[in-house]
Amino acid sequence: MREIQTRRISDTVRELCLDSNRMLGDDILIRIRECLDQETSPTGQEVLSQILENARIAAEEQMPLCQDTGVAVVFLDVGQDVHVTGGDLYEAVQAGVARGYQDGYFRKSMVRDPLRRENTGDNTPAFIHTEIVPGDRIKITLLPKGGGSENMSEARILSPSEGPEGIKAFVLGRVRRSGANPCPPIIVGVGIGGTLELCALIAKRSLLRRIGQRHPDPCYAALETELLESVNRLGIGPQGFGGRCTALEVFVEVRPCHIASLPVAVNIQCHAARRGEAVI
Amino acid sequence: MKIDRKSIQTPLTDASVRMLRTGNHVLISGVLYTARDAAHRRMTDSLLRGEGLPVPLRGQILFYAGPAPAPPGRASGAIGPTTAGRMDAFTIPLLAEGLKGMIGKGPRSEAVRGAIRDHGAVYFAAVGGIAALLARCVLTSRIAAYPDLGPEAVHRIEVVDLPVIVANDCYGADLYEEGVAANRPAFP
Repeated sequence: MREIQTRRISDTVRELCLDSNRMLGDDILIRIRECLDQETSPTGQEVLSQILENARIAAEEQMPLCQDTGVAVVFLDVGQDVHVTGGDLYEAVQAGVARGYQDGYFRKSMVRDPLRRENTGDNTPAFIHTEIVPGDRIKITLLPKGGGSENMSEARILSPSEGPEGIKAFVLGRVRRSGANPCPPIIVGVGIGGTLELCALIAKRSLLRRIGQRHPDPCYAALETELLESVNRLGIGPQGFGGRCTALEVFVEVRPCHIASLPVAVNIQCHAARRGEAVI
Repeated sequence: MKIDRKSIQTPLTDASVRMLRTGNHVLISGVLYTARDAAHRRMTDSLLRGEGLPVPLRGQILFYAGPAPAPPGRASGAIGPTTAGRMDAFTIPLLAEGLKGMIGKGPRSEAVRGAIRDHGAVYFAAVGGIAALLARCVLTSRIAAYPDLGPEAVHRIEVVDLPVIVANDCYGADLYEEGVAANRPAFP
């Protein structure tokens, strides 16, 4: 058994909040630059230039990339040989999120109750998804998720007979109806299989992949490429003002499922696709 | 490609609104008021009760934004537009009160687009997700109403050269419809 102190977990979560909200991944920046080269709409080019300029300013001035620093979605991959000491694991994560959002002067975007809507004041609770994995480490992954793109996301249970064509029509329809709202150029996370909740979770988790990282199964890698090309033919463009660059990437994740069901979820991420990862 | 930009000053006049056309790139300077979902509900509830608004909206621009807290030594924290469609249900009564402009992101409903035209108003789109860049345009910021709403409180902010694009002008044109239609056929 390897002992890990909750204090260390909390400090790590705090740093992930600060860094991920201020710095865009190099893979995202490279893809946005490629899009700028390919974009034919002058307004689209202007939008992409502003996005790159904003990333430079945010890193330089230690400001958040977007005022919507989101709900903190945390994935904990906990090694089964880890013994957490010094307190409650989940409380440590929540404390790290609260300190990170306070210390970074980030907006507090969480309400305590969906109908009463009183702000909790410290951006908690974070939503924590835990998996027990082999080993003696904890991997902490943070996905600050903005409201504009989350609002355009959807899950549906298709009939198995609808097959790949049904999946493509659902994904494309979802992106087309989303239009400008999720802040394109977007990343489209698609979960196929599992159950209602699992397809949504794997769609979200797919957003953590690096740009260009194709699915290991050639069948789904081809589906990702085809969906990306189809989305970029919709003409929505940067910020929905029209253009070639609607999506930076499409990621597909799959799971086994029931003989009666073909669950599909689309989780949309904005161009400020923030994520952070640390291993303790 | 060089983008031509028009500069305008708030409060807006009929003449300044009439010179703006959908697709124009505009730099806004002057006072703006922020308001998003919760503040909109309160303002329109006040009007329904026959009460006045907490800030005078005649000729003004509402910025659909909930800014982040200002770090020490800065006028404003991160600030940027939220999805305007969520404000559609509240917008027409505010236009009737003399609201002249709005800044947000994403398209408006058909009813709101019609009301923008009928009231001689304008809806600007700001780029979402560039809050560090936009925060540089803010000179001063203070809470003007509903402090209990936290980030959703109405802030009075003074900006200089805030970059936006005219999405709906007072003549009825729509940037989102026209932009997407113009770009779709190029890639059949």
